[in-house]
Amino acid sequence: MSDNSSNNAYWAANVRIILISLVIWAVVSFGFGILLRPMLSGIAVGGTDLGFWFAQQGSILVFLALIFNYAWRMNKLDAEHGVDEE
Amino acid sequence: MDQFTINLLFVGASFALYIGIAIWARAGSTSEFYAAGRGVHPVTNGMATAADWMSAASFISMAGLIAFTGYDNSSFLMGWTGGYVLLALLLAPYLRKFGKFTVSEFIGDRFYSQTARLVAVVCLIVASTTYVIGQMTGVGVAFGRFLEVSNTTGLLIGACVVFAYAVFGGMKGVTYTQVAQYVVLIMAYTIPAIFISLQLTGNPIPALGLFGDHVASGMPLLEKLDQIVAELGFNEYTAHHADTLNMVLFTLSLMIGTAGLPHVIMRFFTVPKVSDARWSAGWALVFIALLYLTAPAVGAMARLNITDMMWPNGTQGEAVSVEQIETEARYDWMATWQKTGLLDWEDKNGDGKIQYYNDKNAEMQAKAAEKGWTGNELTKFNRDILVLANPEIANLPSWVIGLVAAGGLAAALSTAAGLLLAISSAVSHDLIKGSLNPNISEKKELLSARIAMGVAIAVATYLGLNPPGFAAQTVALAFGLAAASIFPALMMGIFSTRINNHGAVAGMLAGLTVTLVYIFLHKGWFFIPGTNSFSDADPLLGTIKSTSFGAIGAMINFIVAYIVSGMTKATPQEIVDLVHSVRVPRGAAAAQDH
Repeated sequence: MSDNSSNNAYWAANVRIILISLVIWAVVSFGFGILLRPMLSGIAVGGTDLGFWFAQQGSILVFLALIFNYAWRMNKLDAEHGVDEE
Repeated sequence: MDQFTINLLFVGASFALYIGIAIWARAGSTSEFYAAGRGVHPVTNGMATAADWMSAASFISMAGLIAFTGYDNSSFLMGWTGGYVLLALLLAPYLRKFGKFTVSEFIGDRFYSQTARLVAVVCLIVASTTYVIGQMTGVGVAFGRFLEVSNTTGLLIGACVVFAYAVFGGMKGVTYTQVAQYVVLIMAYTIPAIFISLQLTGNPIPALGLFGDHVASGMPLLEKLDQIVAELGFNEYTAHHADTLNMVLFTLSLMIGTAGLPHVIMRFFTVPKVSDARWSAGWALVFIALLYLTAPAVGAMARLNITDMMWPNGTQGEAVSVEQIETEARYDWMATWQKTGLLDWEDKNGDGKIQYYNDKNAEMQAKAAEKGWTGNELTKFNRDILVLANPEIANLPSWVIGLVAAGGLAAALSTAAGLLLAISSAVSHDLIKGSLNPNISEKKELLSARIAMGVAIAVATYLGLNPPGFAAQTVALAFGLAAASIFPALMMGIFSTRINNHGAVAGMLAGLTVTLVYIFLHKGWFFIPGTNSFSDADPLLGTIKSTSFGAIGAMINFIVAYIVSGMTKATPQEIVDLVHSVRVPRGAAAAQDH
């Protein structure tokens, strides 16, 4: 805890990545999968519409991408701010 | 060799494998018992988390609920995977950095309060026990079918097996056993799905086949399904019929609950490093997604196959005859499942045929009157049997059916064991060692852990005889409870330094109590049937069902904690320092026992 200003910057960067990720998380599931489904009904996907695909497949794939992206970005951020595990 | 022998062979061989591994890696010291010595690789840990996570609810129950409802039950798919995003971003790395064994230890230390720790223990026990009830429902279905006995007998036998199994080893046994269980489980789920997808769509990947063309009719599979279920008076499969508010809250409850369940969070205490905790959540979701991307295909294709079975001449032709069901080999599964009491039919109008249709639909009632039908004659089709019956319905080879038997039991057993471990550690480590008797010997601590397991399984079995819903629905209630109590406390503990001991305790108590009362009002007090004042068909608050209330409970928790913290003394400096240290990975304790 010697360098508090660096830790604050680290935490702010972390919170920013989290917020962006959670916006995407909500948009693909609650948005495309449920609330915005009527808007996507014009886009046909194999016998149904894009909203159905997001609800049953797409959201899960996006969740995966979000978690791996977060792990990768954070492990890089740890090193940049010198707070990684030695 | 008959099917019964093949099933026993598959189930027996898989059990021998798990028990063999459990003995080989048998737990020694208490630290190994709880957290497997913190030396588990992220991929291994991810696989074990996936096995732990995917229970009877995911394996046995979920596809059945999707099959008979369609799009409206997509909440299960999004909810039970989306929670991993919350877990990976908001909890896992910080809890690993904190470096204790249990969730309640974190809450006790962060909120510098023995009371907070005890309240957390109570929340964990309530949520986990509800979860085990759902598992026991699934265990009953699986054992009932594969031993060809009634559901009740199956449940009692299953309870004994689960108990023996969980007592055998601690988490170390469980970690490597669960890797084996994951492999059995995922093969058992995907292999029949691949067969069925090939039969119906010609595509070997079920997730793609779902959006492909139905070979027999040349139409897209989902369009064909929409058409035939509509012809029988059921809701169109892909259409949105459910109340939107309830669907959003239900999905959110499942997501938050996922990130608040102790047996999943505990997994992230066992990886060597903080950075590994982040990867581990991703790997867990990879292994979970293999099943979750397949499940909607299993549901849709099974619904198509069942409708086809009941209407072999098309939905406009003649229904299947009683004689066909009794004599033709492809209908054998119906007789076997009838024995469990979970499937039944009755030729109500005595025309020698079994008409399966929606007799609640006005248009169908008119059509039925014209044709002389007197109600739906497929009188009982328990949703929880669909996945297990699926390979038989699709007429797959008998080894596939045996494999599914082994997979279903693996799913139910692994989660039940993980939960029992979470309950027993909450009681022995947090409740007894942490507050009642801090000087307890290691040996006595292990003993009390095992007694707690026994009590938990007895309660769950008793309530599992008359479950408050299908396996996945009961499990959803457990998620609601975890969402309302544990998740907010953990998240605020990491992301806010302002929330103090009083705030956390008041928040957890408010969230848990309100949610529990709402559930009991709809499902019966302590889940005893008949003691409920409302039902989910006509809930107390607007359209919000008891399974969706966890999201509201979580909001109450956040708000109460915030207000109470604002009115009481600020968090002491050493706790603020603790929170700051949890936020950075550097300085995490090394993996133990290495």
